[in-house]
Amino acid sequence: MNAQGVDNSKRQFLTAALTVVGAVGAGYLTVPFLSQMRPSAKAMAAGAPVEVDLSKMEPGQLIRVAWRGKPVWVLQRTPEVLATLNTLEPKLADPQSAASIQPASSANPLRSIKPEIFVAIGLCTHLGCSPTFRPEIAPHDLGEDWKGGFFCPCHGSWFDLAGRVFRGVPAPTNLEIPPYRYVTDNLMIIGEDNDEASKA
Amino acid sequence: MKKLLSLLFLMLSFSVQASGGGFDLESPDIDLSDYPSLERGAKYYVTYCLGCHSAKHIRYKRIAQDLHLDEAEILKNVAPLGAGIYDQMHSAMNAHDAEKWFGTTPPDLSLIARSRGADWLYTYLKSFYAEPGKPTGVNNAVFKDVAMPNVFWQLQGTQIAVSKTVDGHEQVTGLKLERPGQLSPKEFDKLVNDLVNFMVYVGEPVQLERVTMGKYVIFFIIMFIAVAFLLKKEYWKDIH
Amino acid sequence: MKQSINKVSEWFLERFPLSDLWHDHMAHYYAPKNFNIWYFFGSLALFVLVNQFVTGIFLTMNYKPDAELAFDSVEYIMRDVDWGWLVRYMHSTGASAFFIVVYLHMFRGLIYGSFKQPRELIWIFGMLIFVCLMAEAFMGYLLPWGQMSYWGAQVIISLFSAIPVVGDELSLWVRGDYVVSDATLNRFFAFHVIAVPLALLILVFLHIVALHEVGSNNPDGIDIHENVNWQGKPLDGIPFHPYYTVKDIVGVGVFMFFFAVVIFYMPEMGGYFLEHANFIPADPLKTPEHIAPVWYFTPFYAILRAVPDKFAGVIAMGGAIAVLFALPWLDRGKVRSIRYRGGLFKKALLLFVISFIGLGYLGTQPATPMATTVARVLTAIYFGFFLLMPLYTRWEKTKPVPDRTTPESSLEERIPLLLALYDEIAPVEQTSRKFNPAGLKAVLIRFAKHLKESLD
Repeated sequence: MNAQGVDNSKRQFLTAALTVVGAVGAGYLTVPFLSQMRPSAKAMAAGAPVEVDLSKMEPGQLIRVAWRGKPVWVLQRTPEVLATLNTLEPKLADPQSAASIQPASSANPLRSIKPEIFVAIGLCTHLGCSPTFRPEIAPHDLGEDWKGGFFCPCHGSWFDLAGRVFRGVPAPTNLEIPPYRYVTDNLMIIGEDNDEASKA
Repeated sequence: MKKLLSLLFLMLSFSVQASGGGFDLESPDIDLSDYPSLERGAKYYVTYCLGCHSAKHIRYKRIAQDLHLDEAEILKNVAPLGAGIYDQMHSAMNAHDAEKWFGTTPPDLSLIARSRGADWLYTYLKSFYAEPGKPTGVNNAVFKDVAMPNVFWQLQGTQIAVSKTVDGHEQVTGLKLERPGQLSPKEFDKLVNDLVNFMVYVGEPVQLERVTMGKYVIFFIIMFIAVAFLLKKEYWKDIH
Repeated sequence: MKQSINKVSEWFLERFPLSDLWHDHMAHYYAPKNFNIWYFFGSLALFVLVNQFVTGIFLTMNYKPDAELAFDSVEYIMRDVDWGWLVRYMHSTGASAFFIVVYLHMFRGLIYGSFKQPRELIWIFGMLIFVCLMAEAFMGYLLPWGQMSYWGAQVIISLFSAIPVVGDELSLWVRGDYVVSDATLNRFFAFHVIAVPLALLILVFLHIVALHEVGSNNPDGIDIHENVNWQGKPLDGIPFHPYYTVKDIVGVGVFMFFFAVVIFYMPEMGGYFLEHANFIPADPLKTPEHIAPVWYFTPFYAILRAVPDKFAGVIAMGGAIAVLFALPWLDRGKVRSIRYRGGLFKKALLLFVISFIGLGYLGTQPATPMATTVARVLTAIYFGFFLLMPLYTRWEKTKPVPDRTTPESSLEERIPLLLALYDEIAPVEQTSRKFNPAGLKAVLIRFAKHLKESLD
């Protein structure tokens, strides 16, 4: 081994060059591995928009459909419920849904396209449990103030029948409203709204 | 480089796959970048095959994507009525009925091109000939006593076998068109070619993308080798 | 900032011997300076091992070890999962690449006597790695649940039933069912993804620890520690880092080139890496016309078929692997490297290589009477090479071994020589090259003469 004539700057340059090329290669190589953990075509197929037939719904009835594997509630609200909802505003954390997620078509106090049909993703915005449907008024376990709504058994969050969260509970925002649109009066598609449909 | 690769590929591909039981196999013209051919093939598959054979590993959406077709178009032109864009190519027939009618369940054909090879498929589809004793009225020169009927008989016409006695066994050595069908032999060959082209695509939808991508990856690796080699040479100056 | 980094590293180094490890195994691990191309395959094996671990982990995320779902889940990976095809091809090609690399690595050990005293234990650990690798590959091959997976496993597990008395019970116990079934698939999955990889990892660790204790062998088969300078450093040794790290990176690059060519242009490798019949889902009622194991098992499979008795066949196949363990004690030769060994050993080795490749080829082919006869001759040669070794290595006339290593010309130094050969075979005439048969003949004759000389 002789140490004469060693061009250290050349070595440093080549080492740096190889490191860069190697790092770029390794970077590219992580793409396949990381993206293979994204939802697959099968998951996307399961996440395709779903049709809901509304013709058989009765007043006060709640049906659950799965969209992207999440429970989606479709609730037919009675006129009494709608009347109560208007009186609840002072007790709510976000009555105007300013900080909550919903498509533009549902950005109104009743959070729906048609007032009588309410659609929401049935997962609590706190930590993702599915709240229970409690339409009855003032049941003994929930107390006098309960005017009908959704109660999350995991951490005790309260939502009204427009999916709006009450003040002083763990959930930070109102229930999420998925994109949906009416094909006819009795047929609804959950998973795409009018904007998306017109784009496609 | 490309030539060398394809040569190497050729040398390696004479393996267990290509055996037609003594009957010479013909080679179709496989070109996966010929999208119109693939689209016609998909259409033929839905028309002539999907009745019995599913291809459950491919989705219509994937076909639309890979063939650069509009999703609405593929649902209208290719997919059977009522199929959704995310649906896989499922057959309408249920396995139980098939068992009753044919004595066997028609296999799923997603991977048939990978297990049998394009040459075999192409020759097989063209090699049905009339044999009155059979339940389907036909036999096949490549796949003897196959349970499948000749779905193309109206298009292809009727073929009869030309046989020769080899080692005391009668063997089909050629086929002769006895009664012409709706298509000329040339048109029919093209139809089968399109269909086989599509089957090869369905066997591995990613193959076109794979081959295109390979160039870049290999180019990058050569760059890596070059830099690594210079670095090695620089350090090994100490030793020599 | 810098101060706090120093503090953290100080805290760490006081508690963990990182710099000692680096010093002992990289920067001041002295390796002979005359390593040639054969010495790339050890580091490449490690590289492939990492590839198999990483791709395997990602495949497990989408694979379903269930007889109903397994085949479809593999196709799901190939189509529906983003980039799943690449990860799967990297894993399937990696399996074959692993065996190519390991066979070459073992052959290196054979020609340069790396198994001989004092490296017997390294060889034993290496053989254990090889056995684990075979188990790993065999069980992994069942997982795609295609026809070849199924019937291959059926045949190999049935081998256990050849063992007298307990055989039938044993094969039943291995399968967990009367035929290969869901239960078999599930337990093979458990072994393939957890048990065997863990054993492999530990064995690789032991293999390297044992190697670094006695130091690496070299193409001259001499001990570099016998000639040291005033500092006690071997005169013919160089620190592993940076010299062999930079060299092995080139090797890894060249390996990746071939690996990528296979993955992107011929992932099935004409039916040798991924067999055609394995694209048909497993069917317990229908055996494929011709079943052959994957290429890396075929030499041993050919030995199994060559023996006319079932039990004896199993013994012969097991023996073909077991005899390799005894290699350090079968070889009585005084020198390590083939460069200084007698002609007898070289000829025996040539015969062995022919028999191994021949058996490998025959194992992929249907067993005709002719093929079986040839396989029997080759099997005899295979065992003859090992079992007669104590005799012929004792008689062989060795050449004198030098004190110091002979310089190894590097690849770039050989390029002019190769170009000269190319010029001889296809000389430049005016502007284009023309093939010259006389030149090729001359080159071949020279090569044959050289081969004959080197065999003496």
